[in-house]
Amino acid sequence: MGSDVATSTAAPTITHTPPPPAMGPLQLARWAWRQLTSMRVALILLFLLAVAAVPGSVFPQRRVDPLAVADFVEANPGTAPWLDRLSMFDVYGSPWFGAVYVLLFISLVGCVVPRSRHHLQAIRARPPAAPRRLERLPEHRRVTSDRDAQGVLDVAEAALRAKRYRVDRTADTLAAERGHLRETGNLVFHFSLLLILVGAALGGLVGYRGTAVVVEGETFANTVTQYDDLSPGRLYDPADLPPFSVALDDFEAVFEEERGSQRGIARDFTAVVTYRESPDDDERTTTIKVNEPLQLGGAKLHLLGHGYAPIFTVEDGDGDIVFQGPVPFLPQDKNFTSAGVVKVPDAVPEQLGFQGFFLPTAIIDTELGPTSAFPGALNPAVVLLAWRGDLGIDAGIPQSVYQLDLDNMDKVTDDGQPVSQILGAGDILELPDGLGRITYDGYVTWINLQVSDNPGLPVLLTGSVLAMVSVSLSLFVRRRRLWFRVAADAGAGTVVDVAGLDRAHGGDLADELDALVRRLGEVGSATSTMEGSPVPR
Amino acid sequence: MSFAALSNLFMEAALVTYAGALLAYLAEILFASRQDRDRAAELVGAGAAGRGTSTLVEAPAHALDGHRAPTRWVDLANRLGRIGLTVTVLAFSFHLASVVTRGLAAGRVPWGNMYEFSTMGALAAVAVFLVVVRVYGLRWLGVWVDAAVLVTLGIAVTVLYAEAAPLLPALRSTWLVIHVFAAITGSGLLTVATIVTVMYLAAHGRESRLAAGAAPKRLDAYAARLPTSTALDKVSFRLYAVAFPVWTFAVVAGAIWAQYAWGRYWGWDPKETWSLVTWLIFAGYFHARSTAGWKGRAAAVVAIIGYLSFLFNYFGVNLLFNGLHAYSGL
Repeated sequence: MGSDVATSTAAPTITHTPPPPAMGPLQLARWAWRQLTSMRVALILLFLLAVAAVPGSVFPQRRVDPLAVADFVEANPGTAPWLDRLSMFDVYGSPWFGAVYVLLFISLVGCVVPRSRHHLQAIRARPPAAPRRLERLPEHRRVTSDRDAQGVLDVAEAALRAKRYRVDRTADTLAAERGHLRETGNLVFHFSLLLILVGAALGGLVGYRGTAVVVEGETFANTVTQYDDLSPGRLYDPADLPPFSVALDDFEAVFEEERGSQRGIARDFTAVVTYRESPDDDERTTTIKVNEPLQLGGAKLHLLGHGYAPIFTVEDGDGDIVFQGPVPFLPQDKNFTSAGVVKVPDAVPEQLGFQGFFLPTAIIDTELGPTSAFPGALNPAVVLLAWRGDLGIDAGIPQSVYQLDLDNMDKVTDDGQPVSQILGAGDILELPDGLGRITYDGYVTWINLQVSDNPGLPVLLTGSVLAMVSVSLSLFVRRRRLWFRVAADAGAGTVVDVAGLDRAHGGDLADELDALVRRLGEVGSATSTMEGSPVPR
Repeated sequence: MSFAALSNLFMEAALVTYAGALLAYLAEILFASRQDRDRAAELVGAGAAGRGTSTLVEAPAHALDGHRAPTRWVDLANRLGRIGLTVTVLAFSFHLASVVTRGLAAGRVPWGNMYEFSTMGALAAVAVFLVVVRVYGLRWLGVWVDAAVLVTLGIAVTVLYAEAAPLLPALRSTWLVIHVFAAITGSGLLTVATIVTVMYLAAHGRESRLAAGAAPKRLDAYAARLPTSTALDKVSFRLYAVAFPVWTFAVVAGAIWAQYAWGRYWGWDPKETWSLVTWLIFAGYFHARSTAGWKGRAAAVVAIIGYLSFLFNYFGVNLLFNGLHAYSGL
């Protein structure tokens, strides 16, 4: 694109503003690279990344809470499709977010690699020679010493080496330098950020994470089909899942019953589980708590949530038991008012469905109707609403186990009134028209178990620790240069000029010079030009 | 008396004492500005007299007995400032006692809900301030630190208060002690650093107006008593330089805890997102300091935006968003 506007080859004419020099593709690429790796662009990319991360905290994210996204889409039918097109529900997986951090990391590499080369040279180089006129430096002392010139330099060199300065000595001068660790820290910090990126990518490629609802008394076997939700890394073969199994023997949640305002707040969750590492291993029993995961076959098992599963028995019109067992209900509020459905496809004469609420501590609210007043099961009850017709299961289309497909179903009515009832344990809801009956037998609990394995963790941890150590070095280590020059005094002693220079102002340079001068012995007519004076009060 | 009640009593004592310290600091400013006005008047009087006009009689009475009066104001202002600092130390002791007894009442570390985070954060800010006074002698910071602490504690006591109680199961971990302590220490450092940065902007504004010969603004009278902008920039940088690794550690410790408790080290929870946003902005601040055109004023503004992001991460995210850090206890 540059060759068309190659005005630079035209005969020299007098122009007011010279046109920009023409750039061939190579120059253009080089120019773009220089821009990208410049500090200014790095700065802009940092801010851009910060801004780009914000929408993900405002809009619900699919990878965090897909249900919240569905609710949001339903509540905002107008804007949601547009937000979706802009990846607002998956900000951290979106192309534009990826573009910003990939550019930032390219910019980082492009900046840090050449700097590392320079730094390696600087470390190997000798400390810069003493300037001709030391008295012009920000800090300067002149003293006379009784020792001879080489004696003075010996003392100074020993003192500086003890303070970890690199020292270069000539016949009458001493050049000393320290603080390369600052730039080392800076560079290592940036490389450790790369390491963190690699660790995160590694975990995403060869790790996996899944969740499953496990009902009290039931067993979870670690195979793909048993998961409600499994997200394996791109390079992870789900056939490699370790063959353990976990049975939930008991789950107990303790809630605050006293303390007024804090009533109902969770105090303790304990899941008692029996597990086998593999089908051939012995059974072992242990507990899983919120901050105490179970490690099994390289994977970690976390307790993420819990709920209630009321137990029902359904008899159909023929008097056959067509359904029996616990049904997990999903908590809807902090008092665990839980919603769920019972599907009975085998009932005759018609398929039956029940929409229900489980109320761990049932009360009848004058406005809300039956609701739960406490998350613990102090007065458990269920409310059921009966439906008849076609559940839509036979079509083979997968459907949610927590919702009824009501398209081909009707409310079961008795004298025109929908059949709905509150049931305590052992209570029976009789259906009219010879449809059958449902018994609420009691309840068990369920837990939401998360199984995960992330092989990127050691890399991430190494990167993080390295980052923290190196960023501290890059901020706290002070770069300093000191010089000594000795000259024979007119009398017997030696005149010593000492001067120093800090890369950053405001340090203890003056103090260090004074201490060095004191080491040399007698403090003579010390002249000092102070710039880095202490902060005024 | 129970530890919980004792803690509340100490908190009240701390509030009253901080308010007292604030009054002393405000009086210091008042008398110091009185001295400025007197000196200005004196200069006007002296200048007028030098030009041989007869306005000498109109000069303030104290101008006649020389410079004794201004010195008296200065002495008084200094004494009030020292009183303010002493009272702040006393308030800090009450504050510390309140936090300790709160921990004893709950039988755990006293940082488990927003009331406790806020009181601990304010305590950290005062601790940082006291260290800064010792190292740099910046006593004049006291008025702003005290004001910020009073506002924070006021919100904590009125809006965020929650009874001393055991921890939520999700918080019951050694990592709570480490992660939250780091975040609180970072908050104290960031708060004091940002106050210094705002003062830097005031001093910088005054200096550039002076250099340009522009008319001084009303606040310049106050800015005139601040250290030079160079010195302020230095102090705020030092504080941010300590705060940044501490904040980094808080984020990393949080990720380690999240991995341990939830099986994922990073899940883009709003709190995680905003702690990263804050971290990125402060990373930007350090880069800005060594970028041509961004040094000084622009870098200071970046740091202030970083602090606002930190504040939002604390108040906004805890109260507005329904994330995994909804531990406000409200």
